[in-house]
Amino acid sequence: MAIIQNIGKYFMMMYIVFSKPEKWRIFRKRFFEEMELIGVKSIPIVALMSAFMGAVISLQTASNMDNPLLPSYTIGYITRSSTILEFSPTIISLILAGKVGSNIASEVGTMRVTEQIDALEIMGVNSLSYLVLPKVTSAMVFFPILIIFSIGLSLMGGWLSLLLSGLSSTETYVYGIRFFYRDSDIVYALTKTVVFAFLITSIASYKGYYTKGGSLDVGRSSTEAVVSSSIAILIANFFLTQMFLL
Amino acid sequence: MIQVIHVNKTFGENQVLKDVSATFEKGKVNLIIGQSGQGKSVLAKCIVGLHEVDSGEVLYSGRDFTKMDRLQRKEIRQEIGMLFQGSALFDSMTVEQNIMFPLTMFTKMSKKEMLDRVNFCLERVNLAGRNKLYPAECSGGMQKRIAIARAISMNPKYLFCDEPNSGLDPQTSILIDNLIREITYEYGITTIVITHDMNSVIEIGDSVVFINKGQNWWQGDRKSIITTDNKEINDFVFASDFMKEIKEKMKEQ
Repeated sequence: MAIIQNIGKYFMMMYIVFSKPEKWRIFRKRFFEEMELIGVKSIPIVALMSAFMGAVISLQTASNMDNPLLPSYTIGYITRSSTILEFSPTIISLILAGKVGSNIASEVGTMRVTEQIDALEIMGVNSLSYLVLPKVTSAMVFFPILIIFSIGLSLMGGWLSLLLSGLSSTETYVYGIRFFYRDSDIVYALTKTVVFAFLITSIASYKGYYTKGGSLDVGRSSTEAVVSSSIAILIANFFLTQMFLL
Repeated sequence: MIQVIHVNKTFGENQVLKDVSATFEKGKVNLIIGQSGQGKSVLAKCIVGLHEVDSGEVLYSGRDFTKMDRLQRKEIRQEIGMLFQGSALFDSMTVEQNIMFPLTMFTKMSKKEMLDRVNFCLERVNLAGRNKLYPAECSGGMQKRIAIARAISMNPKYLFCDEPNSGLDPQTSILIDNLIREITYEYGITTIVITHDMNSVIEIGDSVVFINKGQNWWQGDRKSIITTDNKEINDFVFASDFMKEIKEKMKEQ
């Protein structure tokens, strides 16, 4: 029953979030501020994760290539497929759910318990639209950029690991990456990313906005935001895969 | 003027406000006092619309706030300034940005005009030149004064102060009380102060509403609070021996 109540409350909140901003100039300013906080500051962790994961995927594929019937360009092909289809959009989004989700929930939650949100409301500001809309929209715009960046770095990580270990040549790896390439895979990856960006930021904002109590409850909201958005990502991933690939 | 007429508010099974009626006059410091858990904060939150009333009316200069839609409420709220118990300053903004915030949201003032207004408000609360500090760099008393400056930046008609002296030393408390009183008289604001501080009651209470068991138990001014025979209010205001002595001396005078 509580789950249904929460889902209803979440949708009602989103209805208010997407109402017209008070002033477009202020929304634009907040949008770019959030883009920096949510997106640009996530670049280091995304870069690190992507490069090493790409390297590991390539090495693991290469080390399991015992069958002489499998062409050597399979390494590049598998690295590309797993990176574009699953690793970059889903795993990186799960990492971002931890980093960005907890950050948003604790920021908004702290504003709630210190009456800053009440102060906004008393002034006549639509606090949901002012606080949450720039976060959701900037993530939906910037996360796809992060994921393209992640895909690129992951493929480069794979290439570097193969080059250093001598398990495959650059030509073969690049041929594998280009082999049977479909644009629809990128569309699929980016669509997933946009949906995940929305889920991460909106669920974290919801958890933060409805925090009650003190600092302990802010911590609890932050944890719940990460857990809930991770579960939402996994469920959405399943349905999006069904829709796009089957 | 703000009028509260037959207001009721229930949370679950618990009826917090029971048929409360009160009038808060323009140009006066109106205090709401009472023990913790008696409903005074709930009453204030009902007045500003942070809680919806179950029944009754809240009139802002005759306009019923409870029957307004979102846009009409927004207009009224731009006439309200509020000082929160914990100041509720925006952590990520400087003092200047905090005070400027309502101006940027709701006025078409130029940057220079806004800056002039910020400086005027800061001077009014004796904090001139502190524009670039962050709230975390300010003391509790300074934060309260910055919050007052933010509350008056839009020239409010109504000012709400939720326990403005909590956590402050006696000297700073007097400073904040005097500031609230001066601003109220200077701009003819309808000011409502929720307080536990008996010094505030004696010093600035032009009108006092005593909330007990969710009801308007007693209403009067700071002079009549000394002479009243109401047992509950005497128990609350003059709880300590020291206060009892003061009451006797004041009665003699």
